[in-house]
Amino acid sequence: MNTALRTIVLAAALGATLGAAHAHNAWLLPSTTVLSKPDTVSVDAAISNDLFVANHAAMRLDNLLITAPDGSTVKPEAQAQLKHRSVFDVNVGAPGTYRIAVVNAGGFASWKDKATGQQKRARGTSESLAKEIPADAQEVTVTQSVGRIETFVTVGKPSAPKPIGQGLEMVSTGGALTDLAKGEKATFALHIDGQPARDLEVTVTAGNTQYRDQLAEVKLKTDDKGQFSVTWPAAGMYWIDASTKDNKTTMPQAKERRLSYAATVEVMP
Amino acid sequence: MQVRYSLALPAVAALFGAPALAAGLAASIEVPRLNTSEYHRPYVAAWIERADNSVAATVAVWYDVRTRTNNPEGEGTKWLKDLRQWWRRTGRDLEMPIDGVTGATKPAGKHPINLADAATAKLAPGAYKFVVEAAREVGGREVVSIPFQWPPTKAEQPMASGSSELGEIKLELKP
Repeated sequence: MNTALRTIVLAAALGATLGAAHAHNAWLLPSTTVLSKPDTVSVDAAISNDLFVANHAAMRLDNLLITAPDGSTVKPEAQAQLKHRSVFDVNVGAPGTYRIAVVNAGGFASWKDKATGQQKRARGTSESLAKEIPADAQEVTVTQSVGRIETFVTVGKPSAPKPIGQGLEMVSTGGALTDLAKGEKATFALHIDGQPARDLEVTVTAGNTQYRDQLAEVKLKTDDKGQFSVTWPAAGMYWIDASTKDNKTTMPQAKERRLSYAATVEVMP
Repeated sequence: MQVRYSLALPAVAALFGAPALAAGLAASIEVPRLNTSEYHRPYVAAWIERADNSVAATVAVWYDVRTRTNNPEGEGTKWLKDLRQWWRRTGRDLEMPIDGVTGATKPAGKHPINLADAATAKLAPGAYKFVVEAAREVGGREVVSIPFQWPPTKAEQPMASGSSELGEIKLELKP
C-alpha cells in the first residue's frame, strides 16, 4: 500500500531518517466537522498504523495552516505536542468551511561519499541540501516531496474552500466536503497543480481499524476528470489517501517529485 | 337595525365560509414520557418535504430559545445540528429564530402544530411528506414521516408513531 510514499509522509512529518521509517498513516482528527454555531474544535494530529488511534508518534505542526472560509489564516490555540499525538484548538467563528492542513514540502537526497564510499542521506530545503551535499559526492539523487494532510470543518452552510492549485489535493465537485451521510454517494476530484489527476489510485479507509479484523479499505481510480465517487457504507470518520510521482519538480537538484495527499472526512448516520 | 343585520349576515358567512372551502392541514406531535435518570426535553424539527427530498417549509423548530447571554438566536443553536436530517436539508440555510416557527422545547404530551396557511398555500399539487425529527441531550435521535397528497381529496387523519424519541405524529387533512 504505497509503502514508499507513506514513508515519505512519515519522514517529512517526523523528521525521521529515511532508513528507519515504516509505513504509517498521517492523520488529523477533528472533534467535529459540522457545527450550527461558532465554537472551538479540538484536533488531534498523529502518525500511526491504526486509524485513528494515536499509538505511535505525534505529528509535528510546524507547517500547520488553518484557512477560514474567507481565505484568511486562523491561528491555532492551545497547541501541544504530546508523546503520541499533537493537539490544537481551532476557533471557528465564521459561517462556511474551514480548511485545516499540514503541508510538508522539502527534498530528500542520497549520495555516496567520495572519500569513504559510504552511503549518505539528508533531507531539507533546496538551500540546505545544496550545503550538505559535498561538491565531489557521487551518485547523487535528490527527490522533491510535497505532502498535504488535511481536514475540513463547517459552521452553518458549507462553502467550497478555494483550491490550492499546487501539489496533490482533493476538491469538492458540487457537494460539500463536510456534507456526507451514510448510504449517500459523494464525488470528489483529485488535482495535481490545479489540473485533474487522471487514473490515480485513491484509498478510502474507515476509522476504528482496531475494532475489525480486515483493514477493508476501498481502492478507487480517478476518471478522466480526476473524479472518484464513494457510497458511504457506514457513518464515521474516514481517511482518504492518494499518492503519485512525476518529474515536475520545482527544486533545481531534484529529478523526481513525490506527491501525497490525505484527508479525514466525517460521514453522518 | 334591520338593515344592518341583513347586511352583516352575508359578511359573517363569507368570513367563516371561505376557509372551509380551502384545503386544510393540521398536525400534532407527541413528546413521549421517558423514564430516564437524566432527562432533557428533546429538540424537535418538523417540516414538509417534496418527493425529491427538498424542503417545502419548516413548520416547527423547538430548541432552547432563551437569550440569557444576549444571544438573539437563543442559547441552543449550538445543538441544532443534532437534528441532523433537518440541518442538512434546510436548517443550515435558515436564520434563527423564525417568527411563528421556532419556539421553546416542549414537555411530554401532544402538541398541536400551527401549520400556518403560509406553509400550505405555497404547496403545489403533488406528493409530500410531513417529517418530524427529535434529538435529545444524553438521549437518542429519531425521524418519523407521514406521506400525504396535496391537495387532499378526502378528510383523513394519517398517523405514525415513533419508537424511542417521538410518540404519536398525527396529520389532519381536509379537502
